Amino acid sequence: MSAWIPGDSGACSVGADDVARAIAAEAEARGLPADFHRNGSRGLYWLEPMVEVDTAGGRVAYGPVTPADVPGLFDAAFLEGGAHPLRLGLVADIPEFARQDRVTFRRSGLIEPLSIDQYRAEGGFAGLEAALAMTPAAIIEAVTASGLRGRGGAGFPAGLKWQTVLDQPAGPKYIVCNADEGDSGTFADRMLMEGDPFSILEGMTIAGLATGAAEGYLYIRSEYPAAALAMADAIQLLQDAGYLGRSVMGSGRAFDVQVRIGAGAYICGEETALLESLEGKKGVIRPRPPLPAVQGLFGRPTVVNNTLTLATVPAILAGGADAYAAHGVGRSRGTSVMQLAGNVKRPGLFEVPFGVTLDELVNGCGGGTASGRPLRAVQVGGPLGAYFPASMLDTPIDYEAVSERGGMLGHGGVVVFDDTVDMARQARFAMEFCAIESCGKCTPCRIGSTRGVEVIDRIIANEERTMNFALLDDLLEVMRDGSLCGLGGLTPLPVSSALRHFPEDFARTARHEGVTP
Amino acid sequence: MDKATVGFAPWDAAAAATMIAEMQDLPGACLPILHRLQGEFGYIHDEAVPLIAGALALSLAEVVGVIEFYSDFRRTPPAVHQVQVCLAESCQAVGSAALAERLTEVLGTEIGGRSADGRFDLRPVYCLGNCACSPALMIDGLLYGRVTPDRAPQLLAEVWP
Ligand SMILES: Cc1cc2nc3c(=O)[nH]c(=O)nc-3n(C[C@H](O)[C@H](O)[C@H](O)COP(=O)(O)O)c2cc1C
Ligand code: SF4
Ligand code: FES
Repeated sequence: MSAWIPGDSGACSVGADDVARAIAAEAEARGLPADFHRNGSRGLYWLEPMVEVDTAGGRVAYGPVTPADVPGLFDAAFLEGGAHPLRLGLVADIPEFARQDRVTFRRSGLIEPLSIDQYRAEGGFAGLEAALAMTPAAIIEAVTASGLRGRGGAGFPAGLKWQTVLDQPAGPKYIVCNADEGDSGTFADRMLMEGDPFSILEGMTIAGLATGAAEGYLYIRSEYPAAALAMADAIQLLQDAGYLGRSVMGSGRAFDVQVRIGAGAYICGEETALLESLEGKKGVIRPRPPLPAVQGLFGRPTVVNNTLTLATVPAILAGGADAYAAHGVGRSRGTSVMQLAGNVKRPGLFEVPFGVTLDELVNGCGGGTASGRPLRAVQVGGPLGAYFPASMLDTPIDYEAVSERGGMLGHGGVVVFDDTVDMARQARFAMEFCAIESCGKCTPCRIGSTRGVEVIDRIIANEERTMNFALLDDLLEVMRDGSLCGLGGLTPLPVSSALRHFPEDFARTARHEGVTP
Repeated sequence: MDKATVGFAPWDAAAAATMIAEMQDLPGACLPILHRLQGEFGYIHDEAVPLIAGALALSLAEVVGVIEFYSDFRRTPPAVHQVQVCLAESCQAVGSAALAERLTEVLGTEIGGRSADGRFDLRPVYCLGNCACSPALMIDGLLYGRVTPDRAPQLLAEVWP
């Protein structure tokens, strides 16, 4: 008999550790022998803490479990899959799980994150083994053929970036995994680091083989202490087992990885600021050219990829580029790791093929708002992403489709708001966030965002509205066109989409007093 | 992460110099050194600045510039407990404003300030990666989710020594 209780910090934030302790104590008190495992999370967070048990038919889940439920679960013989009000049935049959296509997240929640044996048993290292038998050019060809694009925000083709690094003269080259995950509404990197850390390291190693880099850096934001611990342990285990180090799996080819921790600066998620930070400096944007692929970390050719981009590569090499590319639509191939949060009934991580609509995600998987009130807006793609009204939920999740509608897919975060949201406040917050996080290098962003907050404040206060709307338009244009990087350049997206789709919220202050316009 | 690990050593220049010497050959050593010193002493003491600058061949201004650029680094001793309340969009959508207000009442300080009894720093954070369990809070590195305003005093009481 064995039970699986997530050790994921999100699951623990709602009591998974307490549940694990209660289950262990109850099993002991009843003299029941059982194996208890701590897995990652499946991402079905509304069901967390979700406990799974092994049965002949597969893993059966119970959730959300509280410590108070534990004696009752034992009375119901849950370790054998017994009936109980919290019983959810087979994990594979939970509707919001069954409708997913798990590639990048196929092992998260399934295995103990730091078990090399379980990782191997679920297909781990098959991609690396394949890569070790291939030439760098062949590895890159496979990544290119899969259509894999960057999951960090810009959607740049991964194979093309790797090719640029491969083409640089020999000498030190680096693989940098961007696990800064600063976008609000996103948590996939964290879940993967905690739930399947080896997949990230395997992906980094393959990137090293493909480009001739022998050193990797994993830059993790400081807000993720549990993920940083998991990654440090995972690196140590792979070094000890010969998967990382001087001779990767006895191939004679070297690759190793170090963890570095950020220090509370959103801008360090931008790749050139991240490189500055890794070099021990302020996280200030570098002008480009040169591209990091040509002159990156310590002036050397560097691949900077998001955690999810890298972690998807092993599956592509193991399963074949065509199998991956068979998912998706248009130029968005493969699966999209969507993270649904905010005011939504079933928040969580949903890995779906590109092309699924926002409606299928928000209402199909998410079940609509948590409050039960009408949905008014969704913000797609993090703090720099656009606000879409309910009428635009028919938008397919696809890089091009989202940008044609004036937004960006970013790292795949979707935050839901009900009809109590004040979109003028949200627009103000976007400006405020930009002002707080600006690296200070260019004026449109540094000064523009502070002015933006003031101007929106004046609009909200009904002061000289015509003039202030004109001023805001000018500011948005200057920020969009004159900023050196995406922080200043994209902050106009949430602001102008709020203005365009929700003009009534900027119309007068009366709304805040509950008076209809 | 264990709640019991809170608490810092008093500033010790010799111990700091040893740590710096151990780490100065790391590529891009400045941030790792600052994290280590802050982890040990709770903040970056002014006397650490010339030690770091000397070891890494940087100017004093460069080291101060790095410390001040990153919101995590402090130049004065922290309160015993660090409370970080998420004020980003997902948490906004489910009432982080009410949670933040409750915290400011209970602790008797504004966001960004120190509690009246000096034991808690209340800091804003823009996403803890726990958006699917919003509103979220972190206390001394431990994550909490679905934190209703009414639960906040109880959570703080748990860490009250
Ligand atoms: C302001 C800003 C913040 C960013 N934050 C992140 C981040 O947290 N994580 C990330 O992977 N990419 C982030 N990016 C995108 C990176 O600059 C870069 O495009 C990405 O790491 C490349 O990897 P990919 O091609 O695999 O997406 C950010 C970009 C900007 C402009
Ligand atoms: S847009 Fe903002 S964050 Fe980007 S370089 Fe300019 S000042 Fe720095
Ligand atoms: S927005 Fe609050 S945890 Fe992500």
